[in-house]
Amino acid sequence: MLYNQPNPLEVKVLSRRFTLPNSQSIETYLANDGYKALEKALDMTQQQIIDEVKASGLRGRGGAGFPTGMKWGFVPRQSPKPKYIMVNADESEPGTCKDRLLIEYDPHQLIEGVMIAALAVGSEQGYVYIRGEYRYLIDVMDRAIEEAYAKGVLGDNVMGRGKKFHLATHSGAGAYECGEESALLESFEGKRGNPRIRPPFPAVAGCYQSPTILNNVETFCAVPAIILSGAAYFSGLGSPKNGGTRLFCLSGHINKPGVYELPMGFNLMRMINEVGGGMRGGKKLKAVIPGGSSCPVLKANECDIAMDFDSVAAAKSMLGSGGVVVMDEDTCMVNAALRIMKFYAHESCGWCIPCREGTNWLKKLLTRFHEGMGTRSDIILIGDLSKNMLGRTFCPLGDAAAMPTIAFVEKFQDEFEAHLDGKPCPYENTSRPVTA
Amino acid sequence: MADLVKFTIDGRELEAPAGTLVIEAAKRNGIEIPSFCYCEGYSLQAACRMCLIDVEKMPKMQVACTLPVGAGMVIHTDSDQVKKARKSTLEFLLANHPLDCPVCDKGGECELQDMVFRYGAGESRFTENKLHVDEQQWSPVVFYDGPRCILCFRCVRACEEGMGVGALGVINRGAVSLIAPNHGDHLECDECGQCIDICPVGALTSGAYRYQTRPWEMEHVGTICTHCSDGCKTTLGVRNDEIIRGNNRDRSGINGEFLCAKGRYAYDFYNHAERIQSPLVRVGGKLEPVSWSKALEVVANKFGEIRSRSGEIGVIGSNHTTNEENFYLQKFARHGLNTNNIDHHRTGDVVTLIDALSGTTGQLATTQDLYEKKAFLVIGTDLALEHPFLSFQIRASHRHHEAHVYTITAEKVREDNYAVRAIRKPAGQEIDALEELRTALAVEPELVIIFSDSVKGDAVRKLVEFGQSLGTAVKYCALVDYSNSRGAIDMGVVPELLPGYQPSGKPGLSAQEMLASQTLEALWVVGANPLKDAAMASKKTFVVVQDMFLTETAQRADVVLPAASAYEKNGTVTNVCGEVQRLTRAVSAVGAKTDLEIIGLIAKEMGLAATVGPWVPDTVYNEIRKTVKGYNIPLAMLAVQSQQTAPVNGRVPVESRPDLIHSAHNGLFTSGTLGRYSKVLHTVMESRESRSAQEEMAHS
Amino acid sequence: MTFSPETEVRFAKFLAKYPADRKRSAVIPMLIYGQDEVGAVTEELIEEIAKRTGVTPLQVTEVVGFYSMLHRKPQGTYHVQVCTNISCLLVGGQELYDQACHKLGIGHKEVTKDGRISLEEVECMGACSWAPAVQVNYDFYHDVTPAQLDKLLDGLAAGKKPEEIAEVHKVSC
Repeated sequence: MLYNQPNPLEVKVLSRRFTLPNSQSIETYLANDGYKALEKALDMTQQQIIDEVKASGLRGRGGAGFPTGMKWGFVPRQSPKPKYIMVNADESEPGTCKDRLLIEYDPHQLIEGVMIAALAVGSEQGYVYIRGEYRYLIDVMDRAIEEAYAKGVLGDNVMGRGKKFHLATHSGAGAYECGEESALLESFEGKRGNPRIRPPFPAVAGCYQSPTILNNVETFCAVPAIILSGAAYFSGLGSPKNGGTRLFCLSGHINKPGVYELPMGFNLMRMINEVGGGMRGGKKLKAVIPGGSSCPVLKANECDIAMDFDSVAAAKSMLGSGGVVVMDEDTCMVNAALRIMKFYAHESCGWCIPCREGTNWLKKLLTRFHEGMGTRSDIILIGDLSKNMLGRTFCPLGDAAAMPTIAFVEKFQDEFEAHLDGKPCPYENTSRPVTA
Repeated sequence: MADLVKFTIDGRELEAPAGTLVIEAAKRNGIEIPSFCYCEGYSLQAACRMCLIDVEKMPKMQVACTLPVGAGMVIHTDSDQVKKARKSTLEFLLANHPLDCPVCDKGGECELQDMVFRYGAGESRFTENKLHVDEQQWSPVVFYDGPRCILCFRCVRACEEGMGVGALGVINRGAVSLIAPNHGDHLECDECGQCIDICPVGALTSGAYRYQTRPWEMEHVGTICTHCSDGCKTTLGVRNDEIIRGNNRDRSGINGEFLCAKGRYAYDFYNHAERIQSPLVRVGGKLEPVSWSKALEVVANKFGEIRSRSGEIGVIGSNHTTNEENFYLQKFARHGLNTNNIDHHRTGDVVTLIDALSGTTGQLATTQDLYEKKAFLVIGTDLALEHPFLSFQIRASHRHHEAHVYTITAEKVREDNYAVRAIRKPAGQEIDALEELRTALAVEPELVIIFSDSVKGDAVRKLVEFGQSLGTAVKYCALVDYSNSRGAIDMGVVPELLPGYQPSGKPGLSAQEMLASQTLEALWVVGANPLKDAAMASKKTFVVVQDMFLTETAQRADVVLPAASAYEKNGTVTNVCGEVQRLTRAVSAVGAKTDLEIIGLIAKEMGLAATVGPWVPDTVYNEIRKTVKGYNIPLAMLAVQSQQTAPVNGRVPVESRPDLIHSAHNGLFTSGTLGRYSKVLHTVMESRESRSAQEEMAHS
Repeated sequence: MTFSPETEVRFAKFLAKYPADRKRSAVIPMLIYGQDEVGAVTEELIEEIAKRTGVTPLQVTEVVGFYSMLHRKPQGTYHVQVCTNISCLLVGGQELYDQACHKLGIGHKEVTKDGRISLEEVECMGACSWAPAVQVNYDFYHDVTPAQLDKLLDGLAAGKKPEEIAEVHKVSC
């Protein structure tokens, strides 16, 4: 049972098996194109696999949108060190709930994508780092892995073709920063989730300081379709340089929130109105966060854009993780900025001064401000402190905290001003400040 | 030598070897790039973001502490953007940092204060509530003020990487992160206090110094620690002729940033209440205070009377008096008192080592060798406890140069944590394991062999034979116990040797024999406590003791003369590696006189001043320079840095006396007599004992 | 310290997943699964995990405070986690949390006197499109209405197991 109704506008590639009965089982998978891409890849050279992924235009679906084939190409395949495949299933970006579905409804697709990546670089070991809260999905993944071993897909003789690949799950324990690839690797080693100095990048020195392909769940899940149906097919589904489809997570003040697989480049307004069922209660649209809370908010009149990496970047925001958060006219932008800053302050790993102190300061400042005890110079200070974090922190979490805040305070200055001089918050969901 | 790379910083064209970090290249050219977390010698962090700089053609600002210089790189450390970045980083740091300056020990020597003066804004815009946690005391000598902590993690690295102890960690997340000790609310560690020195702010402070004074009220005197033989420089903070603290912020000694608990805290014996402040003479069975002239008269009369009859006089010298005092003492004994009965408590077989190395040069290791060489064999000692600085050097060589370490010890030692091979052998049988290591050691590019007193006499010869047969460059170090044990042997405070390893050619009693003798008429003990573990056979021997405390030997004495400590005099001492260094007087002795002066006064009182000359340290040193082989080192050179003596490279044809060699194997918190009178060391030890008793009870 | 046979088997499997010289990787999985059994991350659990993975207790302690799901103090038998992050905030997550606080009489990370229920205001749990979302231990509840929350909390307080509370359906798979 899916968590939301599908939409006819969807182009179901990664999610095409979701509604099949017993979609988790390897029998269902095998009966529906399952592991055929892997068989094909076993006959390809490493370079061929990488070239195919490059040509597909697939870009990282975790948030950064880095071209996947290029990333795989950075792995020094001649290195005598063992190569690792690491799946980033630490999905924690607010507004994002898609990797959950991919694991829950089609775990074998993930396994297949991982194994193709393994062939591309000569890896014999992979791990799936799953956030601690997704405990039931660790069980789902474990069961799928067991099935794959039983069927001879995983193990010392992959599909009887002599190659080795082993896969195991690994539980996190609650830390957003561990979704950052180098922090994930530190956490995987049993340490605090602090990010690492880069360079070297994970492709060269990743898991246990060995060459590693580290990608998001959705990124790996796209790979079987690319290999089976070809790069041209996949890239053709999307827009130039932004190949394929992606799972968009629509949430907020719409009638039909849900996860929908749509082509890259799908128009945001159409997404809200035709996929998301339009604004609930007939309210007017005020703002949209296009790709998870790290992305600068778009005002209603900025939403007529194509949802792909380049177009959203041109609109001075990011496609990010595909978490589309829709806010109506009754939403307090100050409260939204506050709650998002609280998140970053709570999740800041504490390694570097600007992020650790900046998010903490801004949390306190915005709390006081939202309660009506702010001054005009505080509005300037919010922007200034955010800009002092931007580009100066050790990892992108500082940017993720700074950019949305700058967008809120610049695009909705009037709302900030409406909170001055002890005036009560003018909007419905004026909540008591949280004690996170 | 790596290729040189040319680059520009602030318009200046510079060059540096490829791989040099920008922050280092700048520093070497007099350009300061501020940083908190960058700490030379420790792992890179790039956490504090103070060192952000502009690099042309790079879109974002870069951290100078992890960026290697690149050919043609154009760097700006003084652009508006860089200035703004520094200002804002400091503003962020000062957000939660408490305005503790008025009560914080670090005020006046605080890096955060200095940085804010130089790079910060005049005001902070922070008007929220600051985070607060209460101060914690983690050991008798370590306090942690969480609110002040800037989370630079230097302390964590110093403890983990530098010391190999790892007693400090980081807990929680984000702005509420804190440093935490390894046992919940307290530290189980070496108490070396380097975490306190390395902390840029007043988050970690010394419990022995807390709240006592301001740094600018003290005069800082750098001298050589008077405890073990490693020869570390310690800096004593003196106010009104009182030592208020010891530390190593100076870092200019052979010990770099290292200092242990003894060097740091255990100066406090010097003003213990029981310190003898006036001469004592035994009258009617009890020791009574008398004037110096009276005491000297008693000694001179007695010594003179015995000497005139050619009666037997014995002299026991010290492991921690200066080279000048040792030289002077043996000279007076041999030329003034006409006796060759002169000895000291020997703690390592340096004599056999030098004899075994006859014909070679440059095979005695320096403390710098212990950092630079790539392979070490440690025999019969838990170096981290007994010679913590030597252990620090080897560990640093392992970290920085991937040096290989081999151990042959009775029990597990800290070096085992990163040793290539760790062999267990009971004390005295270590050399039986040497052959096992031959293949491995033979392929090392070079080797330093460090051995304790469990290798002595013939075993030393076997060890040297083994080392010389490996076919690789080998250096040696014979461990000795105290701050000038090596100097005592170098200066011939033994019956069989004159200064400079020349045979005396005359018979003489060893210290043991002096104690056992029924015919010794007078025994003169300078800075030693032989009666701690032994008894005097004769009740008739007249005993004169020069010491700081009423030790067991002083309690037997007929005359006690109060002596100055190392922190109260000038002179030179020689460390375990033969490195000669200068003492600098930090405080005045109260009532006591230096051993040098006392010996001179006794000679003068006996009319024998001409046999020894003036009791001026520099004058005596000049005589040492002229007459002691290997000590021809100008004082001016020693003022700049230590110099290793080059002892005779010929045979030392004397009978080896391994039976007389016993190391006390002092650990981190014991140091012979001086340790007994250090309140801080006692407090630390008691605290550890009571904790471990508690923990045992909790677990049983 | 020994664990239940089931957990011992699980821990042995964990240690076998990683290369032999990389046992430290098992620290965090052992902490969270160990906490499930022991009820909290105790000093004993820390020391046991340190022993089995070859690190110092301090190295394990450093990790405990970093990860939100690890607790030093025992939580309730049913740990109720309510998300108030942006997607849930927009559709009443804050109000749900306030309701839970009020109803249970406890606050963030506190436990009811009978030890049955604890409450935590959490960050995004990955149910944004089906908000507001609540987790009880590891079970997800989607589209939670105030009435449903009421029934859930009443049921738990009355001694029922979550699956026995008819009006609320945890997400199953």
